[in-house]
Amino acid sequence: MERRVVITGIGLYSSIGNGKDEVLDSLRNGKSGIIYDKEREDFGYRSKLTGMVEEPNLKPFLSRRERIGMHQPAMYAYMSTKEALEQAKLDADFMNDNETGIIFGNDSTAGAVIDTIDKVRERKDTTLIGSGDIFQNMNCTVNMNLSTIYKLKGINITLSAACASGSHSIGMGYLLIKQGLQERIVCGGAQEINVYAMGSFDGLGAFSIRHDEPTKACRPFDAGRDGLVPSGGAATVIIESLESALERGAPILGEIMGYGFSSNGDHISNPNFDGQYRSLNMALKQSNLDPKVIDYVNAHATSTPVGDSMEAQAIHSVFGSKVPVSSTKSMTGHECWMAGASEIAYSLLMMQNDFIAPNINFENPDEDSKKINIIPEYKEQKIDTFLSNSFGFGGTNSSLIIKKFVK
Amino acid sequence: MNREEIISTTKRFLSEEFEVDPGKIKPENNLQKTLDLDSLDYVDLVVVIEENLSFKPTADDFKSIDTFNDFYDLVEKKLA
Repeated sequence: MERRVVITGIGLYSSIGNGKDEVLDSLRNGKSGIIYDKEREDFGYRSKLTGMVEEPNLKPFLSRRERIGMHQPAMYAYMSTKEALEQAKLDADFMNDNETGIIFGNDSTAGAVIDTIDKVRERKDTTLIGSGDIFQNMNCTVNMNLSTIYKLKGINITLSAACASGSHSIGMGYLLIKQGLQERIVCGGAQEINVYAMGSFDGLGAFSIRHDEPTKACRPFDAGRDGLVPSGGAATVIIESLESALERGAPILGEIMGYGFSSNGDHISNPNFDGQYRSLNMALKQSNLDPKVIDYVNAHATSTPVGDSMEAQAIHSVFGSKVPVSSTKSMTGHECWMAGASEIAYSLLMMQNDFIAPNINFENPDEDSKKINIIPEYKEQKIDTFLSNSFGFGGTNSSLIIKKFVK
Repeated sequence: MNREEIISTTKRFLSEEFEVDPGKIKPENNLQKTLDLDSLDYVDLVVVIEENLSFKPTADDFKSIDTFNDFYDLVEKKLA
C-alpha cells in the first residue's frame, strides 16, 4: 500500500527571521541575514561573515531539566519545532497517545563538545562536567531533546548527511509514511553558528571575504561570487499521511511527490554533475511528473564558483532554460545541515503566497548560469509544483518535489 | 562558615541551580523532593557544591541526607 504524504506544519528560526511571518517578509523583500562578526575576526577566521541567529531564551517554555541538555542545535530546533507543531495542531498530549516519529538532520555539535572539553581541561575531573553536557555533545542532540519534551513514540533517528541532512530527513520520513510504517514524523534540520562549528570549513578558503559588503557577499550564480557564507538556525517540517491529516483537520501545506537521492562516489568536497543529475531525475521519475510542470527550482547554489556552475549545468540538462530558479542562500547564507529543510519551508511560503523569492546579488551571469532562468528580484508567480536541491560534502545529493495539495 | 552562613549560602546556590523558590528550602524539608532531584540532578548537585563550597561530596555522603538539616550537618563536617 503506497500512501500520499503531505506537509501539515513548518517552523523557522533563521538568520532572516524568527518565525514564518518574519521570514516571509524577508523573502519578499530580499532581505539578507548576513553580518560581519567581530568574534570571527578575533578567533582567526579567514572570513568574518556569517548569518546571525541569536540563542533563544527557553526559560519561559521549558524546565531546567528540559533545557540543560540543549546547546545551539537543540535550542534552535526547539523554536522551529514549537512553531511547526502549533501550525500542524499537534501537542505532546496527542503525540503521547498517537505514534509520531522524529527524523532530524544535524551533523555537528562542535560548540557543545569544546565547551565540555574546556571544563575538563580546567578542572581535570570528569565528574565536574555536569549532567547536561552529554546530551548536548552527541550528534543526536536534537532528537534526544525533542523526543522527550514532546513524548514522541515513533521512529527516532538523527540524519547526518552534511549539507543535505535536512533534505534527506524529509525524504526518508516521506518513504516511511508512504510505506505505511508511520503516520506522522517531525522532520527538519539544525545548524549551530558558534565559532567552533565552522573554523575548519573556513580554513579551506571556501568562504566569501567580501567583508566590506556583508549583505552582498553571498551571490549564488553571479560571476563575481567568491565563496559561501556560513549560517544556521533550524527548520522543522511536519509530514503526515494524508489520511491522518484529513482526520485531524490539520492544514495541508503541500504534498511530497518525489524524493531523489544519490552519492557521487567521487571527490570528498568537489561537486559532481552526474550525481546531481541522477538525484534530480530520480525525484522526477518517482513523482511521475514531467519536468515541464515544475514551476520553480530552489537551487542548492551556495555561492561557490565550482558548485554553482555544476548545479546550473544539471538544472539546464534536466529542465532546459525556462524554469525559474533562485537560491535563497543569497539571503540566508549557507544553513548547511539545516538548509534542505529550511529551503522546503521557504519554498512552501512562496507557493502559499504566489511569489518567487529573489536570488539577490545576481548581477552578472557566468558561462553556466546564463543558460538558466535565475530570478534576481521579487517576482509574483503562481507555483503549483517546486523542486528543491540539496548537495553535501562526501557527494551526498537529495532532491525533493512538492506540489500544491489537490484532494 | 557558621551554620547560619551555610544555610544562607546553600539556599542561594541551590535555589538558583535547581530553580526552586528559596522559601521552600527549610531545614526540616526533604532535600530530594524540594529540589525535585532525579539521578542526573545529583551529578549537578556535586558540581554546584564543589563550585561554591570547594569540596566534593561522595555517593555515600548523600545516603545519609534526608532533610536540609542533614545536608547542613554534612557541610559543617566537611568544612570543619
